[in-house]
Amino acid sequence: MGLAKRIIPCLDVKNGRVVKGVKFVDIRDAGDPVEIARRYDKEGADEITFLDITATSDDRDTMVHVVEQVASEVFIPLTVGGGIRKLEDIRRMLKAGADKVGINSAAIFNPEFVKEAAERFGSQCIVVAIDAKCVSKEGEAKRWEIFTHGGRKKTGIDAVEWATKMAHYGAGEILLTSMDRDGTKIGFDLELTRTISEAVDVPVIASGGVGTLDHLVDGVTKGKADAVLAASIFHFAEYTIGEAKQHMQDNGIEVRL
Amino acid sequence: MATVAVIDYGMGNLHSIAKALKAASPDANVIVSADKDIILSADHIVFPGVGAIRDCMAAIKEAGLDDVIKQVAKTKPLLGICIGMQALLEHSEENGGVDCLGIIPGNIIKFPANLKDSLNNKLKIPHMGWNVVNYSNKNPLFENIAQNDRFYFVHSYHAEKVGDNFVSATSNYPNAFPCALKWRNIVAVQFHPEKSQHAGIQLLKNFLNWDGTS
Repeated sequence: MGLAKRIIPCLDVKNGRVVKGVKFVDIRDAGDPVEIARRYDKEGADEITFLDITATSDDRDTMVHVVEQVASEVFIPLTVGGGIRKLEDIRRMLKAGADKVGINSAAIFNPEFVKEAAERFGSQCIVVAIDAKCVSKEGEAKRWEIFTHGGRKKTGIDAVEWATKMAHYGAGEILLTSMDRDGTKIGFDLELTRTISEAVDVPVIASGGVGTLDHLVDGVTKGKADAVLAASIFHFAEYTIGEAKQHMQDNGIEVRL
Repeated sequence: MATVAVIDYGMGNLHSIAKALKAASPDANVIVSADKDIILSADHIVFPGVGAIRDCMAAIKEAGLDDVIKQVAKTKPLLGICIGMQALLEHSEENGGVDCLGIIPGNIIKFPANLKDSLNNKLKIPHMGWNVVNYSNKNPLFENIAQNDRFYFVHSYHAEKVGDNFVSATSNYPNAFPCALKWRNIVAVQFHPEKSQHAGIQLLKNFLNWDGTS
C-alpha cells in the first residue's frame, strides 16, 4: 500500500451559495456550502476545494466566513481559489482556515506573484490553477493554450510550458481544468491531463468534464492524474464520494476508504 | 483544566491545529502563543511548522524560542508536527544545509527525483496526500488507531539516519521512511494530524491523554 489517489469535490461559491455552471454560464443553485462540505467530509472526501466566483469584496468576506465555519469542524485539507491576487488575500484565507490557495489569472498577469507566494507561505499551500483549451487543428499535433475570463480570453501561452514554469516558480500542485470539457459530463481531456502530469514533478489534479464514475477512473489510469476533482456529480447526489471511491478501488486504484 | 500550548513563531496556519486540538479535547485550554512563560507552564506543548526549514529555524531563533523548546523537550509531553518534527532533528539538507535543534539524532534529506511506483508511474514531489502509517507496537500515540490507517502528508524532505530506537512509525514513498518519532517525553510526526480526519483527531487525543512517561 502507498499513497492514495485523491477525490476532491469542488464547490463553486457565489454570494455564499454553492452553484454550478455549465461552461461557466447557466448557473444552478446547489445549496449551502457549509452543509455540503460537512456532507462531503462524512462521505470521505480527501480534500475540499472552494472556488469563489463572486466579484465584489463584500462577497469575499462571505467566503472568508464560509471557510472559517468549515475549518472549525472539517479536518481535511481545504483549498480556496478565485480572486487570489495579493499576498494579503492568501494570508486572509490561510488565517480563515484554508490550507491551500488556488492562484489562476493573477499568475498569468504576474508570474512572480507565484514565486513570492511560495517563498512567503511555502509551496505546500500554493496551487496554480490552469484553464486550458485545445487550439490545434484536426490532424495537427495536439496543443493547448491558457485561457482566462472563464475560457473566453486567449492568452497565447502554451499550457505545458506554463505548467512547467509554474512548478519551477514554486507551485506545489497544479489544478488543471479543460475548458473544452468543463460542465460537459463527457469526461476529462485525458491527453491534456497525461501530457501535463508527465511534464511536471508536482501533483496534478484533473478537472473538467466528469459525468460518470468511469471518468474518474480514466483520469487516474489514462490521464495519470494524482487527484481528480468533480463538482456536479456530487452536488446533485448522483453519486456519493464513497461510491466514487469504491468504484475506483474496484478498478485497481488505491484510495482512502 | 489541562492547558496545551501551540508554539507560535510566525510560521504557518495555527488556526487548524488549535481547532483540531479543541475537537480532540473540548475541555482543554488551547493557547496559541510565543510567550516563553505560557509555553513553559503548559501541560502539553505542540510544535507545528510549515514552509522552508531555513525560515522556520530563523523565526524560532528570532523569537528566542530555541532554548524554550529545548527546555520543554526535557520535561513536558511535546508533539512536533511536519517542519516541527524536522526541526527537532540535527540537520536538514534543505536550503543548502540548515542546522536544526538537535534534540533527536537524525537528518532530513530530499526525496530523490525520478521515483516510480510499482506500475512505473512517476511519483510526484511533494509527497502529497493520504498515505498509510505503520507503527510499532505499544505506542501511546497510536492507541485506538488501526495499523496502516491513512494520514495526510505534504512534504518534499523526510527524516533519515534516525536511530531505530527513535522511530515509532514508517510510511512508504516508495521506500520506507520514518514518519513518527518518539524519545522519552517527545513525539513527532511528519504528517498532519490536524488534517487527517478521524485518525488525526484520535492521535491528538492520544497525545493529550499521554503524560510523557510511557
